[in-house]
Formats: sequence, structure tokens, C-alpha cells
Amino acid sequence: MKADPKGVLTGAHFLDGDHACCEGALSAGCRFVAGYPITPSTEVVERIANRFPSVGGIFIQMEDEIASSIAIQGAVWAGAKAMTVTSGPGFSLMMEHIGLAVMLETPCVFVNVQRGGPSTGLPTLPGQADMMQARWGSHGDYEIIAFCPNSPQECFDLTIRAFNLAEEYRVPVMMMMDECVGHMTEKVVIPKAEEIEVRARRYTTAKPGEYLPYFTNGDIVPAMAKAGDGHKFHVTGLTHDERGYPVMNAEAQEKCVRRLVEKIRNNAGNIITLEETETEGADVVVVSYGITSRVAVKAIEMAKDEGIKVGHLRLITAWPFPEARILELAARVKAFVMPELNYGQMFFELQRTIGGKARSYLVPHGGGTVHDPKVIFEKIKEAAW
Amino acid sequence: MVNPANPVSQYLRTDRIPHIWCSGCGLGTTVNCFVRAVETCGIPLEQISVVSGIGCTGRVAGYLKLDSFHTTHGRPIPFATGLKLANPKLKVIVYSGDGDLFAIGGNHFIHAARRNMDLTIICVNNFTYGMTGGQVTPTTPIDAIASTSPYGNTEEPFNLPHLAESAGAVYVARWTTFHVRQATKAMKEAIQKKGFSFVELISPCPTLYGRRNRLGDGLEMMQFYKENSVIQNGADTREVGLDFKGKITCGKFIDREKSSYLEMYNTKMAERFGSSFEPYEGVL
Repeated sequence: MKADPKGVLTGAHFLDGDHACCEGALSAGCRFVAGYPITPSTEVVERIANRFPSVGGIFIQMEDEIASSIAIQGAVWAGAKAMTVTSGPGFSLMMEHIGLAVMLETPCVFVNVQRGGPSTGLPTLPGQADMMQARWGSHGDYEIIAFCPNSPQECFDLTIRAFNLAEEYRVPVMMMMDECVGHMTEKVVIPKAEEIEVRARRYTTAKPGEYLPYFTNGDIVPAMAKAGDGHKFHVTGLTHDERGYPVMNAEAQEKCVRRLVEKIRNNAGNIITLEETETEGADVVVVSYGITSRVAVKAIEMAKDEGIKVGHLRLITAWPFPEARILELAARVKAFVMPELNYGQMFFELQRTIGGKARSYLVPHGGGTVHDPKVIFEKIKEAAW
Repeated sequence: MVNPANPVSQYLRTDRIPHIWCSGCGLGTTVNCFVRAVETCGIPLEQISVVSGIGCTGRVAGYLKLDSFHTTHGRPIPFATGLKLANPKLKVIVYSGDGDLFAIGGNHFIHAARRNMDLTIICVNNFTYGMTGGQVTPTTPIDAIASTSPYGNTEEPFNLPHLAESAGAVYVARWTTFHVRQATKAMKEAIQKKGFSFVELISPCPTLYGRRNRLGDGLEMMQFYKENSVIQNGADTREVGLDFKGKITCGKFIDREKSSYLEMYNTKMAERFGSSFEPYEGVL
């Protein structure tokens, strides 16, 4: 279906990434946001609080991030499209309810504008060190979808895509922004509502009394119901059967959790989005994401000036990780270079995927600012032998 | 076997019976009172949602044939907040235990009360964490024995009606599982009340709290409630704290009028935006 024009601010704007994310959510049909103030993400909810009364949405500032991350799920089960927004310390508090969203199969969006950590760390300065937390932070086994935009325009575009994928697979989808992208102001073009594709929630067509919340009918994603429709359904964070009833045994666990994992794994090809520049014929491929990808471009130009054949692979989705494409490249490039604002997170995923078929070099950085492109350039030179 | 003629069975997921609760536990009594309150409250069943947290009381949602949500430990109130705000036509009832609502979930309780969120909170207070084996909770009386206070509890417990009143609840009542008629009436009134309503139900846990404290079996604990309850409607909630083996003050303590969260919101937005503002009545 097409976007509801009421939420779409069509036109060319000068927006920072946080505000663009807010507008993306509005265009995607998000009408419920719960959040708690935290730098550098607060501008998203400030704009939401300002915009919502005129579009029929409701924003509530909750008592903490734990409450925010479950209030959105209550709203979804009453029929809303919903998101919450935070940064590192708040993201840590939300882990509990990422697991709940996975288990109940609640479509929703979690935005994390990453800052330096651990703990309170660097509230106003960038980091990219929550990437593994996004993947593994909640207990138990699950798969996740995470985007890492590198511009305000992408913050807008990918927030819409995050909502759409959340509906398609009934999962929490993460927007893993960073402080630089969140606070960087650039041109953002918002299309007309009729040009924005929005995925409607897939509700059950079963009659009241016949609905089974987790019966997939041969598909891998079950149809939803919402409170008030007369289905009198039950859902639980416990391991459950198709009726949504708790079942405490290994067989039920296998059936329940395997599908949660496979609905993402089996569809990774439809989810993964990459941007590749001159990777064909390259000796070295730089792999990067978020703000670091923009610094990497400068380093790549410097390397090309020295005659090095270097390509760029930008992760637009961090999760699921693009294993198939990395393996293809590993068979024919000499080396990969990966700069990121941490001491090695996505790099270890890269290394695991390469499996020794090519060399790999990390360009670590603790965060607080971006890399000096020269440091990335030096690593490309080192890798190019 | 479930008796199909049982008048409450239509409100229960009879395919889930037998339930997990112990013999002598008061939870079944509270559920019986609750469905009778639901039956007579005048609200269509499809408009009622029940949200539970984790624990023995947390299992209530799973036995009720209503839209029902078994959420995370301590968080049923914020889940219920989202449910209610996205669709204010729903009657949203939180049904959980003392540990869930007042230890891990205490912060959510006071803030929902402060906002006068239009929710009904039913707390079954058995003074212990039953599901995990009988640990001390924020309502365990001083001197009571629990598995994590083996020499007697030394922490001052919460006085729940006073906490609820102080935080902003518009309806506050307490009954025991002995007082089935009064408890049913209180739940019905709380469900019908607009704003944040709170009912505390004192309930026996003979398996853990009762056994460790030599309070006898379920029947003997009910006998204790019968002999030691003092009905005092309108009591000053500062005076209704509970002591170990002391008197239990029961009654309707608070019934007052205040604008709910959404009424406050809609009034303010209408004031600010005038006729261009359409009152918020849900996302759909």
C-alpha cells in the first residue's frame, strides 16, 4: 500500500539524521512512539512529540528505556506501528524487550544512535561499538535485522524500510545510526506519499474462535491479530505452540525457536543490502558502514592515487551479515580492510566469513571522532602486497 | 475434568486446565472473583485485555479466555500503557503479583499512577515469590521467614494502598481471598472506574510462605483472614500497613475523580491547537 499522506512531509529539506529518521517513521505510518531522553538520539523523539498531535499519533515519554521498549509492543498488539529511540546506555536496558519482540513476533523498530561506550562513555560523540549488542544482546537464540545508514537521506529511507521489514517478518528491526550521522545536516528529499511503498500489517482472516496466533499455514511468518478484534488470543514470552500456549519441552523449543531463526536466515537474500564501488578487479576491498564509510571513501581515493586497485563494499544492512557476497569476493581479492569505531566487532564477522581465503586487516578506533583517512590509507597500502 | 455447566468456564481457557497452582493457593479464588466481576461489569468481553507479568500470578493471563498477554517480569504496566494508548476503547487490566508489580516493576507502577493512566491493576499479594521457591518480596512483613530471609525479614515492607494513593491512584481497595463477594465488587468497581485503579488481594501461599512461617494449610490461612480482617472503608491508607500475623485492614480506601492521561492530553492539545485538533481516540 501507499503511505498515508498525513504523515508525509513531501519536499526537499535540510535535515539532520535524527530528524530524517523521525520523518521516515511518520512516512512509514508509525503513530506510536515511546522513548526516554538520551543523547545523541533525543532529537528524534523531540520532533516526534512536536509532529504527532497533527497526524493523529501519540508520543509518551516513559519512565525509562525498559518501559519504552515494551510500551511500543503493547501499542503494536493494539494495532499501531511503533518505535522507540535511544543510545547505548538505553539500548542496554532495552535488551530484555528485543527478546520479547522476537518471541512474541511483534513488528517494531528500535533506533540506536550510537555514541562512545562502555557505560556512560561519550554521550555527545560517535561510536560504532553496539553492533554486536544489536546482534546478540538479548539472551537466547535469534536472528535480527539491522541497518546502518550513512546519511540523513538514508536515515529517512531506511527507517521506512525498517518498518516494512518489521511487518514482513514480524521482527524488531534496528536502525544502528551513529552520532555523526544523527547530527549531520544534509539535503533530504521526501517523496510524495503515493511514491512511498508501505507494508500493511498482515492480519488473520480466521474467524473468532479459530485463530491460532503462531500457526503459519505453510508460510514461515504467522498472521497477526490485534486486541479487541474478538479473537481472545493469548501470547507469551514462554516457549509456545501454535495456539500461543506455553509448552515446556525440547520439542516445542526446537519448533518455536528454529522458525524464529529461519524466517530471517532463509530470507537473508531479500533483506541484505550492500553498496559496492569498483569491487570487480580489486586487489583490496574496504568494508565499512555508517559514518566510517564516508571517511573510507577519502582513504580509497588516496590509495587509488598510488595505483592500488581498491574497491569499497558498504554495509547498508549490518545484520544479517552478507556472507555469500563476502565469500565470492574472498575468492578473488588479496585482502579486506575494515575500519570501524570499535576495537573489532563487524571485523570479526568478516574474518569468520572469509575463513582464511583472503587476508583481513582491522583499522580499529575507540570512537569519540572518526578515523583519520590517512590511517585507513596506510592499512590499504599494507594490505595491497 | 471441567464441568461444562460451571458458569465461569466460558471465561476460561478450559483446554489449559489443570492449572499449575498448588492446592490451597488463593489464585484460583481471585480468578473466580475476577471473572464474576467481568461478567457483571457491562463491558463486552472482546474489549477487555488482560496483561500479566511473570510469576504464579503472572500465569493468570494464560487461563483467561480474553485477549491476554504474558509479558516480561515487572513490565505488564508499560505494556498495558501501550495497549491502552494505541486503542483507548480497550479496557486494559493488569493482573500480577507483589514481586512483579512492586519490586522489579515498582517504578512502572508509580509512574502509571502518577499519569493516571486508565488501567486497572489487580495485585495478588501473597508476600512471596512463589514461582521461584519462596523468596522475600517488597511486601514480606518484618520477621517473616523466606528462603532468602531464613532468619526473618528485616526490611520494612511497602504499604501498597498508601503507595497507590500517594502515587495518584483514583481507586484503591484491599480484600483477602476470604472476602469473595467484596473482592468481586471491588474488582468490578475498579474495572468500571476511569483512571488508574488498584485492588490488592491478600492471598495464601501455603506451599511456601505458609509452610515456612507455620501458618498452616490454605484453609487455616483463610481462617486467619476471617478472624483477623478488619473492614474499614475509607480508612486512612497511612494506617493500613501489614504486620506479620497482625490485623488486616480491608475495604475501599480511595474513590476519587481526576482527569485521566488522555483527557489531560486532549484538553491541552485542544487548548493549544483549537478546532484544528482532532481529539486523539486511538491510532486506527
